Amino acid sequence: MVQSTIDASSEKYLRGKYAIVGVGETGYTRGSGRTTRSLGTHAIRNAIVDAGLKPSDIDGMLSYGFNDSTPSPTLAGDLGIRLNFYMDVIGGGSSIEALIGIAIGVIEAGMCKTVAIFRAMNGFSQVRIGGTNRQGTVAPLGGEDLFSRGNGWMSAGQMFAPSFMRHMHEYGTTPEQVAMVKVIHAENASNNPKAYYKQRVTVDDVLSSRMIVKPLHLLDCCVETDNGTAIIVTSIDRARDCRHTPAKILSVVGRCCKPRGDNHFQHGPISRVAGYYAKEILFPNAGVTPEEIDVTGSYDAFTFTTLLQLEDYGFCKKGEGGDYVSNGTMRLGGRRPNNTSGGHLCEGYTHGIAMVIENVRQLRHDADDSCPIGPDGKRQHSYDYREGGCRQVRKVDLTANLGWATPGQGSALVMTNI
Amino acid sequence: MPAQGEYLGMPVYIDDLDSESRAFFKHCASHQLHLQACNECNLLRYPPTTACPWCACLESTWKPVEGRGTLYSYGEVHHAIQPAFRNHTPYMIMLVELDTQKGVPSEHEALRIMGNLATADGDLAPPEMVRQVGIGSRLRIVYKDIGEELSQPLWTLDETAEQPAQPWRYAIE
Repeated sequence: MVQSTIDASSEKYLRGKYAIVGVGETGYTRGSGRTTRSLGTHAIRNAIVDAGLKPSDIDGMLSYGFNDSTPSPTLAGDLGIRLNFYMDVIGGGSSIEALIGIAIGVIEAGMCKTVAIFRAMNGFSQVRIGGTNRQGTVAPLGGEDLFSRGNGWMSAGQMFAPSFMRHMHEYGTTPEQVAMVKVIHAENASNNPKAYYKQRVTVDDVLSSRMIVKPLHLLDCCVETDNGTAIIVTSIDRARDCRHTPAKILSVVGRCCKPRGDNHFQHGPISRVAGYYAKEILFPNAGVTPEEIDVTGSYDAFTFTTLLQLEDYGFCKKGEGGDYVSNGTMRLGGRRPNNTSGGHLCEGYTHGIAMVIENVRQLRHDADDSCPIGPDGKRQHSYDYREGGCRQVRKVDLTANLGWATPGQGSALVMTNI
Repeated sequence: MPAQGEYLGMPVYIDDLDSESRAFFKHCASHQLHLQACNECNLLRYPPTTACPWCACLESTWKPVEGRGTLYSYGEVHHAIQPAFRNHTPYMIMLVELDTQKGVPSEHEALRIMGNLATADGDLAPPEMVRQVGIGSRLRIVYKDIGEELSQPLWTLDETAEQPAQPWRYAIE
């Protein structure tokens, strides 16, 4: 059976029936000086306040991590929340979009009414995803490990490098084009007071930074940080009573896989990513096309992950991602800005949830940049995108989040404010 | 009995429960690549799996396969994370597409074997050898014995094959 012929798109009765009503963050730091329990509790409380809700309005909780977080019941207890539903799942990138779908499902099933989803991690101070075993304590290599760790093939950058390299080989994608992802995300981050890296960089800065694993230089890789992040999902009826314009969920997909799952290298083209399959669910269910999307949040664990996803989700033709990411489309003021917060390359590393938070803020027309707050409590956006200025996109009705776990596994989300 | 050994200072321990990996590396110890062939559709597969990825048949037979192929893609590690590899940078992580079963059962499928670039003796390749190898390079399998009934497969330049004049490498050396 040809996998791509499976149609998982459904009756559209859930389109626009659920929304993200609250977002919460801690700072993005290296050295939080506190536990993931504290980070998660602060983030959820901030999201509840942001939504204009009370802790007792929350009765569902979801989280994700790699045994590097604190379980939902602990955080709920700290905040005086009695849960009717919770689930803490194993997963990093691409978890958040799929968990939003699960939240919709459990509310629809009558299991609870309003769900807080969080990611709390000391990604620099405690568990560094990119540097596990840095200290030299080595667990014995089992059978499957001999294929990976036994070949010095362990970190995300190492695992993904052959997919990136093959893309350069097949399509002539250049190091300079790929570096532009970092350049543009750094421009965006320079207008984000929360970003860990706020300084702008040049293509030459990226290409002259030290090589980590070809084709990835240091500045092609995201920054590992400590942070708590949370969102609140509820039905559109309840959302109307909340404080902000609801970010309505038009569709979710995930965690969608390429054929052969973990062994996706066996089924090419290896520079094709899960979005190739996910888009066949995402856009029909949302009732929109990629062309109509105003802002993207494409997972940037590396510069290259952004490029491959934008391509396979159909924002440009396959093979033309190098041009797309470098021709100005993704800039603030461009046709379709990407990762307006600076993303994982610059703002901080949250396994995807911060890019959802950013798009919720964009849809509210309330990006937390340096523009002054007016008498109505709303930011007076200048749309002057020079360094230290505005990062609100002028016209934004539709956003897409593209979540990445590996080349073979991904999730996505389309939201609107209409 | 579990297979035990040591590779680049890393302990290796393959439990008997993992019979598929156990069999794969035991065949490597005889310095002959073997892959599982499905008892129903006859397709070879890699890495070892419990069922056939194409027909879900649970029965398979280990068959000898020629260890020659072409470099399909690679990464070149300059910043090693694992202490075991720190003295061997830059090292190449490679996907080598076997000549056997290339483009079968569909255009973009092939047996793509993971491994590092090595000398003919199975030692990780020196930098001058790394610079000679790129996509399109012709490679042959070599083995490093790392324990009783346990060898790690690696890849070296195939001296008997015609090599591309200029294998494709990342633009910046």
